[in-house]
Amino acid sequence: MTRLTLTGLTPGPAQVWGAVRLVPLLREQPITDLRLHRRLFPGQELGVAQLGGRSEYFSYVPHAFVADWTNDGSSAAAYGTQLTPPKPDLPSLPAMRLRMHRRLARREGPGRLRFLPQHLALEGYLALHFGGPTIAWSEWSQRAMRGGLSPRAEEAYLGSEVRGLADALRVFEIHPGQCGMLLYLADALAAAFVVPHPADYRALHPSLLQDLYGELVHHYATLMPPVTEFRARIPGPGITGLADLRAAAEQQAQHWRTAHDALLAAGLLDAEYTAHRVYRMGPFTLSRLLPPLLPKQENHIGETITDGDGRLAYLKTFRLSEKLVRRAHLLSRLAAHDWHLGRTAADLGLTPAQLGLRLESAGFGLLLRQDILDGYRKAARRG
Amino acid sequence: METHEDLIAADDVLLFVNAAITATGQREFHSGGAEQHLSLEFLHAYLLGNYRELYAATLALDINDHNAALIVRNLLTTAAEATAEQRRTEGRLIARRLALLPPQRVYRLFAALRRARVNNRRTRAIMRDWLAARPDPALDAVKYRSGLKGALKHAHLPPPHQELGPFLFRAKQPASYREPLLDAWRRAHFEQAAIYELPFTVAEGFAAKHGIARGAFLERIAPNLTRLERLRLQGSARALGAAAVSAELDRMPLTRLASYVLGLPLEERTARRAELTGALTAAAERTAGPLRGSWGRVAAVLDDSFSSYGSGQKRRRPLAAALASHHLLAALATEYRAHWTSGRTDALLLHPSGPTPLGLRILDALDAAPDRLLIVSDGWDNAPPGLAAEVLRIWRTRLDPHGRTAVVHLNPVYDAEDFDVRRLAPGVPTAGLRDAEDLPALVELARFAEGRTGLPELRAHLADRVAAFLTDGNPA
Repeated sequence: MTRLTLTGLTPGPAQVWGAVRLVPLLREQPITDLRLHRRLFPGQELGVAQLGGRSEYFSYVPHAFVADWTNDGSSAAAYGTQLTPPKPDLPSLPAMRLRMHRRLARREGPGRLRFLPQHLALEGYLALHFGGPTIAWSEWSQRAMRGGLSPRAEEAYLGSEVRGLADALRVFEIHPGQCGMLLYLADALAAAFVVPHPADYRALHPSLLQDLYGELVHHYATLMPPVTEFRARIPGPGITGLADLRAAAEQQAQHWRTAHDALLAAGLLDAEYTAHRVYRMGPFTLSRLLPPLLPKQENHIGETITDGDGRLAYLKTFRLSEKLVRRAHLLSRLAAHDWHLGRTAADLGLTPAQLGLRLESAGFGLLLRQDILDGYRKAARRG
Repeated sequence: METHEDLIAADDVLLFVNAAITATGQREFHSGGAEQHLSLEFLHAYLLGNYRELYAATLALDINDHNAALIVRNLLTTAAEATAEQRRTEGRLIARRLALLPPQRVYRLFAALRRARVNNRRTRAIMRDWLAARPDPALDAVKYRSGLKGALKHAHLPPPHQELGPFLFRAKQPASYREPLLDAWRRAHFEQAAIYELPFTVAEGFAAKHGIARGAFLERIAPNLTRLERLRLQGSARALGAAAVSAELDRMPLTRLASYVLGLPLEERTARRAELTGALTAAAERTAGPLRGSWGRVAAVLDDSFSSYGSGQKRRRPLAAALASHHLLAALATEYRAHWTSGRTDALLLHPSGPTPLGLRILDALDAAPDRLLIVSDGWDNAPPGLAAEVLRIWRTRLDPHGRTAVVHLNPVYDAEDFDVRRLAPGVPTAGLRDAEDLPALVELARFAEGRTGLPELRAHLADRVAAFLTDGNPA
């Protein structure tokens, strides 16, 4: 179990546009021995990610991030600031093309790793207890025993569909030294994004628009009224000269800079995460984080790159919607009790019939045998 | 006694004037092009419907060409609704304004009238008079060929020159012209040398047709370039090795020059520091004219935040307006201090970046207790939001209730949502700003926005401006 800490990052003054609030994260000391840049796949956003073994999945993959690092702490080059000519030998085909991504994180050379942002975290979530029942209890259907949860599909919204986000990202002024941001929609934390260096942030800032956002976030952005902005207030009485006015104004400016504290991001920072190491890259570690998956709480899945001292070099999170959390919670409880329905139900404080119906409403009905499910329905009708 | 309606009318007219100075229907930093169009069209329709006379009178103010053309079009389209007296004044105002507009805009306006099927007697008379006053009909025929052709057809006019008839309407027939320009156009179809007798925009097409290398073409066409074409092309011409294209910066209008300077890379600005600063100062002093040094001690807060970039369509326009104002104010004042929001002090090396801490900069400017404080900003005060308004409010109500320091906010950006330029604080007059050249006139207009002077004064001011506009034709 680990916790997420924003070591070395200080929140800056927030900016507001409609329902979007953006809190910049500033770094005093940029990390220079790890650099990130983006590789775009225009026209080939639909991709197949091959996970190794024989499993693979289809997904929207607009870009990959490429991390370059050095082992001796010297500065790495940022490829994101170079212009590369488009390949003239690639004709544009009228059909939609698929792009094959071999593995989510793949070494591309010494000191260089290509990985698909968010997919590390999402894959960790999707593959959660993917195999299905571990013991062949009689309630489970043949299909559950043979294929597990396959295929498992979840829904998310593209950033450009989230209302106001595109305008907000265009209008916000990037602060000097900004290495990341916390993105709120209707004052609910939607995503956190941290990169090693301000130049990387500048290059990756628009990529936020192509990211995935949970259902909840999309609804908040569409339905909620604009959030209130910090407004400076100077009370008139007591001000007798320009010096007083200046002092009051500077106090307001100071207050504005610190008005955002960690309170709003508490859901992200207070949770205990399970971390899986994905890749060791010299002094850095790429890992994915899974939240405790408790319903009715904020749950963020994410991926991080930390250096030897545990300092956060890269972070990207995705807020799970309530539905996603419920599904994951059910699965993890089932797995904790070896997929035994009676014991799981007792643990959750339910009768087996209630648990069975809950599984069905969560979309896992096909895992149960039809006659068992019918029996549960009958029991529920009897009350 | 002033009525409530009068106050509303004065407000509406000022609102419209601000919009007509700043808005061009193009994309801005905070709002898109379609919104701008919609918002502006509504304002025009509203003012035309409610205050027709005042609407026409705004032609005499420093409004931008886009809005001037739009007003002319609306007035001519709805001519039937006007009284005879109104029509007479409108006719004179329109004729005067058309003479000041660039010819390509007027031809575009005529085309729009033609598309809208506006063909009343007055429209035809206005087109006839304007065409008769053109200095060189042959040049117009070559350069604005379809525009002139359409105008002649629409107004049922005989060609202003006897060779123009065949040239415009029977160009396919082989003929030779006595007029050298027309003949050059005919020969340019098959003879490369003839291209260089034509105006640049026409020659450019022929050069492409004959496959002439761009560098060689620019070198030879250089004598035919207009002042602004020269300014626009000199960078690319130098890269192509055409040294003959060089602009005389000292004859450029101030804001245009500021735009040009801001378009140069920083290294080049450093390298040409003396030349550029000299040109800007000279242009500012020329603009200030007799007002030079008459404004006392002036402090300015100028916005060079990220949003002063404007948009891809109006690139660095707000920043150019600020830079031009900076130089103009230096010429107008006896003692001048500038405060850029980024904290930079070298006006030549400006670029749009960072947030907008207007509030603290205003305090810095007030420290020196100036006679006038001018703020040039798009009105988005965001570091922290609203501090500028608070500082100005406290200053006005508690520290300087008698108005020793005159504060004026000039805004180069039209806000489509509010149908006006964005205001900083209620107590501070705000006026739209397009070209820094109009700054003195705008500062005068801004006093109406304070709400202390009402419609009669505004009417008188407009009448003065109209009279001056119609007699000397100088809109300043």
